[in-house]
Amino acid sequence: MSVKVLTANRLTDGEAVWLGANGEWLDHIDGALVARHAEAVAALEEAGKAAIKSNLVIDVNVIDVEERGTNLYPLRLRERIRQLGPTIRLDLGKQAEKTSANAA
Amino acid sequence: MYRYDEFDHAFVSARVEQFKDQVERRLAGELTEEQFRPLRLMNGVYLQLHAYMLRVAIPYGTLSGRQMHKLAHIARRYDRGYGHFTTRQNIQYNWPALSDMPAVLDELASVEMHALQTSGNCIRNVTADHFAGAAADEVADPRPYAEILRQWSSMHPEFSYLPRKFKIAVTGADRDRAAIQVHDIGLHLKKNEAGELGFAVYIGGGQGRTPMVAKKIRDFLPIEDLLTYTTAIVRVYNLHGRRDNKYKARIKILVHETGTEEITRQVEAEWQAIKDTDLKMPQQDVDAIDNYFRMPDLPQRPEGWSQLAISRKADPSFARWVDQNVTPHKNPDYGVVTISLKPIGGIPGDATDAQMDLVADIAEKFSNDEIRVSHEQNLVLPHVAIADLRIVYDLLLTDGLATANAGLITDIIACPGLDYCALANARSIPVAQRISERFGQPERQADIGELKIKISGCINACGHHHVGHIGILGVEKKGEELYQISLGGSGDEICTIGDITGRGFSSEEIVDAVETIVDRYLLVRTDKEETFLATYRRLGAAPFKDALYNETANAA
Repeated sequence: MSVKVLTANRLTDGEAVWLGANGEWLDHIDGALVARHAEAVAALEEAGKAAIKSNLVIDVNVIDVEERGTNLYPLRLRERIRQLGPTIRLDLGKQAEKTSANAA
Repeated sequence: MYRYDEFDHAFVSARVEQFKDQVERRLAGELTEEQFRPLRLMNGVYLQLHAYMLRVAIPYGTLSGRQMHKLAHIARRYDRGYGHFTTRQNIQYNWPALSDMPAVLDELASVEMHALQTSGNCIRNVTADHFAGAAADEVADPRPYAEILRQWSSMHPEFSYLPRKFKIAVTGADRDRAAIQVHDIGLHLKKNEAGELGFAVYIGGGQGRTPMVAKKIRDFLPIEDLLTYTTAIVRVYNLHGRRDNKYKARIKILVHETGTEEITRQVEAEWQAIKDTDLKMPQQDVDAIDNYFRMPDLPQRPEGWSQLAISRKADPSFARWVDQNVTPHKNPDYGVVTISLKPIGGIPGDATDAQMDLVADIAEKFSNDEIRVSHEQNLVLPHVAIADLRIVYDLLLTDGLATANAGLITDIIACPGLDYCALANARSIPVAQRISERFGQPERQADIGELKIKISGCINACGHHHVGHIGILGVEKKGEELYQISLGGSGDEICTIGDITGRGFSSEEIVDAVETIVDRYLLVRTDKEETFLATYRRLGAAPFKDALYNETANAA
């Protein structure tokens, strides 16, 4: 079943970020606050508006994701690419950080 | 090359200071994103999927070694060690932080560069033939006029808030290498029967959602009238271009809806009112700019031809590169070298900082310190002695820059697509890479001959798919990437918009579909001399549709 999370880009460096359950903006989708019903989605949208005012992020959007086990899987390819990095440069973006973290 | 005067330096420095202040105010929260967005766009700063993107202007695609070294330095220090050369003869950095932008613009200003008017609804960076000032077939160098247009259009008070962006391209040869007929204004520099220089003027060309070939509204405009006439065109557009609908706001729609005859009448009427005003260019002013672009004093190097013959015989790879990537220069002892940024399976238009430094070093030593960026996403060394071709080739080889494919099927234009771009619906680069791998074998490419594939990841057509001999447009359908093919497009002097073949192809199918088209071409061409485009123009779409969709071309 599709659920929703809130995503944006950080103001200072443009990095893709997701709103965490703790109210912080996270560098990775893991731990993002998941909205499972209409009221929760409305709350996400409100959080989005507040986030723009708070001046931490820009281009705030509610996106569709699927819960696959413990992972969140964005339904649109665009969002999967934002989550990982360019598919043609696996050494760049968040996928690279994860790879190097795993390697370490 | 053009050098900044005091006014240029003061102007660019003032803009850097202004933007520095705007960035500080944005980071401090004094400006909202809504307020800041148009300001950052005016300075070439976009937001993409993973980060900000900075688009740096390379006016008419001309660079010195020092400038290219600076681009390499910026890639290394502020980005991830590479840059992307675009179909607008610009360079884009994909990862700079907003907080670093003022420093990057400072660095650019130190080498007479900037990112102004690389975005926004203004007159954008003026583009030109990438072989300008060097090609043997050139009537006159178009760059002095591109530079005059740059100076006139920079921060033009009347034309900074046009209905939509506005692109001007200039060429100085009958062979159109600047795709002028798919620009808002296309200028073809030529001589009349009396031997005087002037321009054929085209307006209303463009790609994007509604592709249009430009209409010629003047066959010969004297040089002195360049700015008055251009002002008249842009003024008519600024007054009457649509502002109610972003998708109908370009001048091509105005020309189409008004009719060529009527729009020409309006332009001419406006021109009559202003043609003898301050913008009429005195010859001495034109000469002063022209002087910056005069042909360098190239020493005679006749020994090159015999050396070349020996080197060619000894090394077939070198011979192939010379045949494909070196074109005739005005001076017979010299050649114009295309440095392909399309290694087999590589990312079209990308260059690492080390590659940029290498090209800069080679240009300083062997090309009179000049480099060009082509709208086909390659680099050009405009003045290389035939005697130096071997050493230049060997140097290029050291960092993967000697791919012998200029104009061939693997010399693919591709926009950044969904791998980077916030506007894209589908990926472009991986498709280009897979096509390149499929056709990468040198003998196969040579057998296919000239064939331009151009790929865009959305309808905005930054990858020029409408004028690809084979054009590919990526769309999103039911959450999947789908690729439409068009055939028979061409951006040269016989400009045509490609015809869509029919239903699109999935990511898995698209490379096979291209191969099907190419195989059919090889089957039906009269001989090896008949290019893909010539074959398409002779036979039309039927044999290719038949091959793609297994239909009987003439079922009736």
